[in-house]
Amino acid sequence: MLPALPGPREMIRFQGVSKRYPGGHDALRRLDFQVGRGELVFLTGHSGAGKSTVLRLIPLLERPTSGRITVAGVDLDRVGRRRIPVLRRRIGMIFQDHRLLPDRSVFDNVALPLVINGVSARDIPRRVRAALDKVGLLNRERASPVTLSGGEQQRVGIARAVVTRPPILLADEPTGNLDPELSAEIMGLFQQFNQVGVTTLIASHDLTLIRRLRHRCLTLEQGALTDDLSSGSRA
Amino acid sequence: MRDRIVSWILDHLRAAVGGLGRLSYARVASAMTALVIGVSIALPSGFMLLLHNMESLTGDWRGSSRISLFLHMDVGEERAQDLATEIRSGFPVEGIELVSAEAALEEFRQLSDMDTALDLLDENPLPAMLVLRPAPGTGPEQLRRMVVELEAMSAVDQARLDLQWVQRLDAIMDLTRRGVWLVAAMLGISVVLVVGNTIRLAIENRREEIVIAKLIGATDAFIRRPFLYEGLWYGLAGGTLAVALVETGRALLATPAARLAALYGTESLLRGLGTGGIVAVLGAAAGLGLAGSWVAVGRHLAAIEPR
Repeated sequence: MLPALPGPREMIRFQGVSKRYPGGHDALRRLDFQVGRGELVFLTGHSGAGKSTVLRLIPLLERPTSGRITVAGVDLDRVGRRRIPVLRRRIGMIFQDHRLLPDRSVFDNVALPLVINGVSARDIPRRVRAALDKVGLLNRERASPVTLSGGEQQRVGIARAVVTRPPILLADEPTGNLDPELSAEIMGLFQQFNQVGVTTLIASHDLTLIRRLRHRCLTLEQGALTDDLSSGSRA
Repeated sequence: MRDRIVSWILDHLRAAVGGLGRLSYARVASAMTALVIGVSIALPSGFMLLLHNMESLTGDWRGSSRISLFLHMDVGEERAQDLATEIRSGFPVEGIELVSAEAALEEFRQLSDMDTALDLLDENPLPAMLVLRPAPGTGPEQLRRMVVELEAMSAVDQARLDLQWVQRLDAIMDLTRRGVWLVAAMLGISVVLVVGNTIRLAIENRREEIVIAKLIGATDAFIRRPFLYEGLWYGLAGGTLAVALVETGRALLATPAARLAALYGTESLLRGLGTGGIVAVLGAAAGLGLAGSWVAVGRHLAAIEPR
């Protein structure tokens, strides 16, 4: 059963969303779910179950073949090519491979979204340092990303995603390459951001960790939703 | 509103400075590209400067063309004077000179060594003559019409203008001018292609950065801007080199040109680009650079989308 949330409270909503790739592969089949404002939701399933596709449809990296997606009350069908950047600025994205710029310092990597958002040059250093402080990397701002460990690189990626204080965070296998201890640390960061009201959707197949964290968890199988366990339903 | 304008200006400044920074980062490669552009622009600029100099020179020559009016035998000196005044007020004439029949005979005598033969004649066989210098800037067509009108005057027996050399010169100048424009157009296209290719490589080198910027919500304009500035800087650097090359060439030619000018008794032969010329060269170079980067950006930037 889908949790019955009133309209304005929902942040992300999928209604009968299907995605078929050229060649006939169905990544998603009539997917229905919604994520409330300020919720932290895990998205799990085997690789190829459609987790990444769900995350790619929300910032319009791809468009669904059919169905309707609403983000913060905006029907994505109505968002034309030229307005995609506006949508993406409200979504912080975190990737398994970090996607940092190797030839820029940690500071410049985190500053990039602020520059793109047209934040005044006076405010940028303060906000970059605030974001780096939150992920515990304040002393590494001059370092090059390639000199950092995997866990540190991921935290830079998180700092970059949250520096503009977006209302939505999407993370695709953020702990995929990390050992359990570092993974728990990263998940702890997400919980912190979630506690200040950021709607967070995390795709992960780390079931042990997910179970321990006791959040709502959506399970996908071959592009369809097979399970929706709310935070209280697992004892 | 004011904040938006300020941030827009800052964005442009950042892109402009960033583009310049990337040019200076790969100094040797950028210098080579700028030099190619510089030579491509210096060639037509130099030709045009040469053409311009020739035009002002031949303008001087055309100013020295003459129309000779041979008057009827029975026209006396007084009548001729009146005619000169009439022509002066009715035609674009810079100067008019009366050569009386006696003076003409005297001149002929001096030039021809036919003293004895001329002494045998009872009367002067030569008519009085008016020599007029058309006002400078009178075109060949206008000169021809002038001759026809002058010949129609009752006192005038014959009007003569050696038009052919003026026409030939004009035709040669027309041909040269067109040729120079053709060369300029081809070299202009090559500048656009050189800049376009350089910017294409720059885009290719920064593909990952473009993808990430698009993921984070950068607009197309934001991504495009530094590349456009890069093209603009290439154009301006090439234009500056072109001005330097042309002026160096002129300096190297100055001494022999001055000698030639002294021998012909004309004023200085090689005039430089001048402020207007320099602005025109730089403007054209910047425009071509910008056009080149537009072509590259239009073709290659849209193809890069986050996967």
